[in-house]
Amino acid sequence: MNLDDTTRGALFQYLLRLGDDKLVLGHRLSELCAHGPILEQDIALTNIALDSIGQAQALLKLAGDVEGEGRTADDLAYHRDEYDFRNALLVEQPNGDFATTLARQFLFDVFGYHLYGELSRSTHEPLAAIVAKALKEIRYHVRHSGDWMLRLGDGTEESHRRAQDALDQMWMYTDELFESDEHVRRLAGQGIVPDPEALRPAWLETVKGLLERATLEIPEPGYMATGGRTGRHTEHLGHMLAEMQILARSIPGAEW
Amino acid sequence: MTGSSGTGAPDAGERAKSRATTKMPSESEIYAILSEVNDPEIPVLNIVEMGMVRAVSVSGVRVSIDITPTYSGCPIMNVIGRDIRDALKRHGVEVADLKTVYAPPWTTDWITDDARRKLKEYGIAPPPAVVEQPLFGPNRTLERVPCPFCESEETDLRSEFGSTACKSLHFCNSCTQPFEHFKCL
Repeated sequence: MNLDDTTRGALFQYLLRLGDDKLVLGHRLSELCAHGPILEQDIALTNIALDSIGQAQALLKLAGDVEGEGRTADDLAYHRDEYDFRNALLVEQPNGDFATTLARQFLFDVFGYHLYGELSRSTHEPLAAIVAKALKEIRYHVRHSGDWMLRLGDGTEESHRRAQDALDQMWMYTDELFESDEHVRRLAGQGIVPDPEALRPAWLETVKGLLERATLEIPEPGYMATGGRTGRHTEHLGHMLAEMQILARSIPGAEW
Repeated sequence: MTGSSGTGAPDAGERAKSRATTKMPSESEIYAILSEVNDPEIPVLNIVEMGMVRAVSVSGVRVSIDITPTYSGCPIMNVIGRDIRDALKRHGVEVADLKTVYAPPWTTDWITDDARRKLKEYGIAPPPAVVEQPLFGPNRTLERVPCPFCESEETDLRSEFGSTACKSLHFCNSCTQPFEHFKCL
């Protein structure tokens, strides 16, 4: 697919957003390796981490190819600073308690499910291919986080309270998922990506449907945070990257 | 044809020489060699019967191979790539082009019947045919999975995620054994 320079630049930015969302969320989940609340959940969360990091690897490799300056997926993952990351603020939030991890995951998984469904019909074939594969994995992720929101919400008084608190905390990071800018509009105009705002009704319907069954309330409209797509992050990302990038930064090119 | 040596067929040395210098293996011969490469995580299965080899082409002296990962995060793609090159090298073939492809996405439906039998013998319940499931609620393909040890269908799903990306965890109420299942993808 021949892209003009502006579209190429926009696609590079968009691929960073997709790849960084997966990389950051995958790394957050990997922090729970050997710290899960029970063995099965330790295994489940780290499997989802693995899927996410695998998807990030494919997306960031494609980003490097589209950019055309010879940067690899590893270069992009390990040798960019906080303000060069383009992930949504939602995915960089710390794991907190189990309910927080699962609320963050659920809100993002449902978004990913609807977004990737649309992206799998992208006119940019390499992107459509990566996304169609990832979508099959994401179906398992949504089932997992949805099932846990149901159990926690419709569980004990304590689990219900924690699940509701977690949702209330994470809600202010959801608006950003549907933001648009000149890059997105340019790509949407060529059928490469969907219009994010058009995804919102489907996302809300899926989220609402499950939360109702879980006896949880959709949080009241309020302040919505933004900035991740332009590199203005919460204080949590820098700390996470310090840990994630230390080895590659200390010993560039290390392999084992 | 015993008793006529020395007149018709070239001797073994000449045959080997001619193979090494002129005759490239056919595509089906490449597939046969690739069948020697096992999945490092499930060593009873090879990458051809797993459906991971998507294309082989021999053009002049160039051998090109397309492989696809089972899951995006499959941690063994590098190992498989190295094993492919090693296996072909043992047969005197250099791979010119080894490519990872994503489309069409890998599915458990590509696992051959013979590989499904081997999986079961190895103690992993093989996947049924893929049937799209509702997003939430019970996943029918993960319920009452037949136990690979005693065949009982009195089994429970314990977790949709297991020791590797491709497996789920189950428990057999008849023989009281936990077991793994290669889940549909």
